[in-house]
Amino acid sequence: MSDEKYIFSAGAKKNIFIVLAVGIVLAVLGVIMINSGGHHDAHGAEHAVEAAAAHGEHAAHGAEHTAEAAGEHHAAYHWTHRLKANLWINNLFFTGLAIIGVFFICIQYVAQAGWSVGVKRIPMAMASFLPIAAVLMIVVWLFSNHEIFHWTHAGLMDPDSPEFDPIIKGKEGYLNFGFYMGRMVAFFAIWYLLFIQIRKNMLAEDLEGGTNRWKKLVGLSAAFIVFFGYSSSIAAWDWVMSIDPHWFSTMFGWYVFASWWVTGLAFITFVAIQLKDKGYLSVVNSNHLHDLGKFVWGFSIFWTYIWFSQFLLIYYANIPEETIYFVERLKSDYYSKIFFINLIINFVLPFLLLMTRDSKRHARILKVVTPIVIFGHWLDFYLMVTPGVLKENGGFGFLEIGLMLVYGATFVYVMLHSLAKHPLVAKNHPMYNEALHHHI
Amino acid sequence: MSGNKNFVLGVYDDEDLLLKAIKDVRESGVKIYEVFSPFPVHGIDDVLGYKRSRLSIAAFLFGLLGTTLALTMQIGMMTFDWPMIIGGKDFFPFPTFIPVTFELTVLLGAFGMCGTFFVVSNLKPWAKPRIFDERITDDKHIIAVDIDKNSMSEEEIKKSLSAAGAQEVNNKSFE
Repeated sequence: MSDEKYIFSAGAKKNIFIVLAVGIVLAVLGVIMINSGGHHDAHGAEHAVEAAAAHGEHAAHGAEHTAEAAGEHHAAYHWTHRLKANLWINNLFFTGLAIIGVFFICIQYVAQAGWSVGVKRIPMAMASFLPIAAVLMIVVWLFSNHEIFHWTHAGLMDPDSPEFDPIIKGKEGYLNFGFYMGRMVAFFAIWYLLFIQIRKNMLAEDLEGGTNRWKKLVGLSAAFIVFFGYSSSIAAWDWVMSIDPHWFSTMFGWYVFASWWVTGLAFITFVAIQLKDKGYLSVVNSNHLHDLGKFVWGFSIFWTYIWFSQFLLIYYANIPEETIYFVERLKSDYYSKIFFINLIINFVLPFLLLMTRDSKRHARILKVVTPIVIFGHWLDFYLMVTPGVLKENGGFGFLEIGLMLVYGATFVYVMLHSLAKHPLVAKNHPMYNEALHHHI
Repeated sequence: MSGNKNFVLGVYDDEDLLLKAIKDVRESGVKIYEVFSPFPVHGIDDVLGYKRSRLSIAAFLFGLLGTTLALTMQIGMMTFDWPMIIGGKDFFPFPTFIPVTFELTVLLGAFGMCGTFFVVSNLKPWAKPRIFDERITDDKHIIAVDIDKNSMSEEEIKKSLSAAGAQEVNNKSFE
């Protein structure tokens, strides 16, 4: 049994830096296009790239006028709002990918699963993005809370102010800077502390063997899952739902979790296949891919189930302050397209493409479906954040693609860097042999 | 004896031996009727040359039937037969149809699969069970060979089973 190790080659690094550079160029280009020659040029330029951007820019003027006429306290639209909204989308998305890395490992330990031994090092590497995610989250939040989170405006909770909002005032005990920031810092700190404990024990197991480390890991994993059960929900309320502070959905925590979880599973599967293509991970065969494929397929349906449950409750109940969330997305010229694209690429495509047994066992189909699912859930987060922050000013152009590439390249770099540091195979895992003989 | 079904049974007491025996017996040209085992044996489907079950296709078709039934019923009732406005929705409130459609799809899929399984496995209430050997629920694995379905003679079949390591070779016939 050799100590298989991933080698982060100079070529792979170069490719990642090229993607990063392209991302930066596209993002800058996107900003220039939004600014140069007013809205109409930007509209034309983006239309050439992504037809989806279509009506957003037209509606921009209308939306601004109505906003002013209604005396709303939203600041006028500025391109930095769009930049900040995009930073926030990517923060949420990649934080989710990182934390799902820990969650995946913990699920495997608590379930005492044997099949996953061969792929466990991939989520471990993903989670090493957590400290960077924490810094990015906190910094972006501090710099852009007024643009993204309406409730952070000063006058809303002051009864004498003309902008006084009794509903937001009622949530002051929860939505205030100290408590909010405290939660954010505490979540990241506890997630990361538990993760480094888990990683330490996983790596020690490589050297020591035996079952002591494994038993300890089961305990640590159980602790993490209990904490994550609460913290992921609360994080979803804080980081996404409080963008629309009048609206609330009791299902939102699970909704965000489902999106994160299926993205993470798709990402683990995709990386496992890529590593296999490069000649690593000889432990992983089509039986293990089948399990990963079932995970992606099943949790694509789970996401849809949660999405639909949330939608149907609001649709049935027909309460105006609740339906506004879907009216903003479904009745908008621009967002309604993304609303349905979101459902198609996150439910219909994975459901049909991964339905048969063979499609889950062949790397080629998984290699096509998993990137679709990953992008689809990025779009899901786009749809959660953008309509609330930018109203009808949202768009999808070079800026969006560029920032996505920048974040993606950073995440992959951090992940591969961490993957190369430790052995790729947990050779002394008590269930290593079981994983070798996994057969379904 | 005409109308009777005659079988030769090879008795084995080890699953690794059984797997090898199945392979050898099949290679010698004997067609195996069925293998009985007290517990699931890994890889037995492969050595027996069984193709993957097509039960999932039946499940899909029955599921599709459920979807069609549910949608026809709901659209027929809500949109054409007795259109009603409920909660401000129009006469074709598609999202509200989804839960019922889902449930009927699952229900008919499950029922259909059970029914198909019973039919394929000959599990009707009046079917007479064929007990080849009582030890198949205890500690013995048995390869059953239908003599009439084989071109080989009984002696040759018996020789093949013994050569593959059978502890004993028995005859069994059913009416």
